[in-house]
Amino acid sequence: MSTLTAQQSGRRPQRSILPWLATPALLLFTGFAVVPLVGVFALSFTTWDGIGSIRLTGLTSWRAVLTDPGLPHALWVTFLVMAVSWAVQTPLSILLGTFLAGRQRYRAVLGVVYFIPLMISSAAIAIAYESLLDPNFGLGAGLKIEALSKDWLGRPGLAFGVVVFVVSWQFIPFHSLIYQGGVQQIPKSLYEAAQLDGAGRVRQFFSITLPQLKYTIITSSTLMVVGSLTFFDLIYVLTEGGPGDATRVLALDMYKRGFQASLMGPASAIAVILVLVGLALALALRRLGGRDAGASQQEGAS
Amino acid sequence: MTTTLTKTRRPRQAARPDSPRRSRPAARRRNWLGGLAGWLWLAVVVVPLYWTLITSLKDRSRYYASNPLVPSADPTFDNYRLVVESDFLQYFVNSVVVTAGAVIPAVLVSFMAAYAIVRGWRMRVLRAMNGLFLMGLAIPLQATVIPIYLIIIKLHLYDSLPALILPSIAFAIPLSVLVLANFIRDVPKELFDSMRVDGATEWTTLWRLAAPLTRPAVLTVSIFNALTIWNGFLLPLVLTQSPDRRTLPLALWTFQGQYGVNVPAVLAAVVLTTLPVLVLYAFGRRQLLSGLTAGFSR
Repeated sequence: MSTLTAQQSGRRPQRSILPWLATPALLLFTGFAVVPLVGVFALSFTTWDGIGSIRLTGLTSWRAVLTDPGLPHALWVTFLVMAVSWAVQTPLSILLGTFLAGRQRYRAVLGVVYFIPLMISSAAIAIAYESLLDPNFGLGAGLKIEALSKDWLGRPGLAFGVVVFVVSWQFIPFHSLIYQGGVQQIPKSLYEAAQLDGAGRVRQFFSITLPQLKYTIITSSTLMVVGSLTFFDLIYVLTEGGPGDATRVLALDMYKRGFQASLMGPASAIAVILVLVGLALALALRRLGGRDAGASQQEGAS
Repeated sequence: MTTTLTKTRRPRQAARPDSPRRSRPAARRRNWLGGLAGWLWLAVVVVPLYWTLITSLKDRSRYYASNPLVPSADPTFDNYRLVVESDFLQYFVNSVVVTAGAVIPAVLVSFMAAYAIVRGWRMRVLRAMNGLFLMGLAIPLQATVIPIYLIIIKLHLYDSLPALILPSIAFAIPLSVLVLANFIRDVPKELFDSMRVDGATEWTTLWRLAAPLTRPAVLTVSIFNALTIWNGFLLPLVLTQSPDRRTLPLALWTFQGQYGVNVPAVLAAVVLTTLPVLVLYAFGRRQLLSGLTAGFSR
């Protein structure tokens, strides 16, 4: 028996077509994702205007980027977008996710409507909001409501707020969906026990629902935080980083330097920073989870 | 969309009817705060959509004069005619070509790779490939767009639809492999064994056994990828130049640049470009939503 299995496992791998089955995916993925990832590191040590020849210039691009006051600003704006949109989205998503987890029929119907923004392209959303927020002819001006007819995209603080709002409008449904799944997996027995102990709804929410959602929160936060680094379409179409550079996040900074100012070297350096920040955040959030997020959350529930 | 993620199991239980929970008296489960938030959020979602739709049906003079939340008494389709006459049919065809041209090969090669990874888990090569694809989930498209631009130029594909298709395939692969592998793993071992006893090759087993049994997952993955690629903006922005190569999101943006003052026309373009996904949503809502959360459980 043992010789048989040894023989089998010794002989089969060479003959198997299995590795060949995976090869097309490997080649495509390597050619257009892995090579570009390595390439962006390499390009950050070059000077290139996007059309002419590429010259190796060592640390020139890095020096240019790291001494530019635009970088700390872009980092700060990126961080603010990340932190504020996290703080806005998370409580609302948990609330809506818990709400949607109820089995009432009307909630399912509301859910159908909630998810519509997820289907729409960021470009379309940004363009619709740009018109809607127009200070002269938008919704607020048309309704003659003073509080709503501000120059939303023309003032730095307001434009930042609009970006956070539109991001939330687009992505809260997605995170509610994740939380809905999380809430539905909490064992009912926990609530029954709590009820026997006389715990009210609020108490149940804070003592059972929220702690049981710990790993859901980590997953959703990771997606939010890492995803917020890559907001490009929405901000580019909505504000183009403006007014001034009030909403110029890293991804936008990269695009503008590279494709508008023809400084591909510095733009690649920013792309590298983007990758590193994303990795660092993902790892940090995983550590926060303490252990693999897949481990059972239902200890003591059975 | 977000494709970075931490955990791999798909929440297949989500659709399972949970009878004990349902039997609980509704009165005791009343959640006022949640209910309030639920209805408020409905308004937050619906008002901009509603405004966009009714404004796109107003003529320009009425747009400036009328109450923005009251639909026009005699709706006009002139705005839509202007949009259609601005080559949107061409852009629609481009979007279809790019989406289909990327999703079909991406799902095909991902399925083959997922099958190989599950069936050949003993082989170190395949485990390494799996690791590579997992790592790929963390690569942001934005950060790699400059080298992609360079590669596309070197391949003489700049300003063509294949330029959009190739990177789209590459970035669809990691999540597709991950989700499909999870499903293939759930196919009972005995079925594979009996196929082998019958003398079937891996190739036959792949198409005759694994593919039919994982069809819902294939559909889910396809829809998710289609949505991402259909809505993509950065690749067309960077990799194309000629007007007749534009896909819908990019065309929408340039249309806005051109007709910016004609708000109803711009909004008609928004509605028209959004219509195909909304139709898809109406018919395949379940697959779409499970597609969006496929890959991450809680």
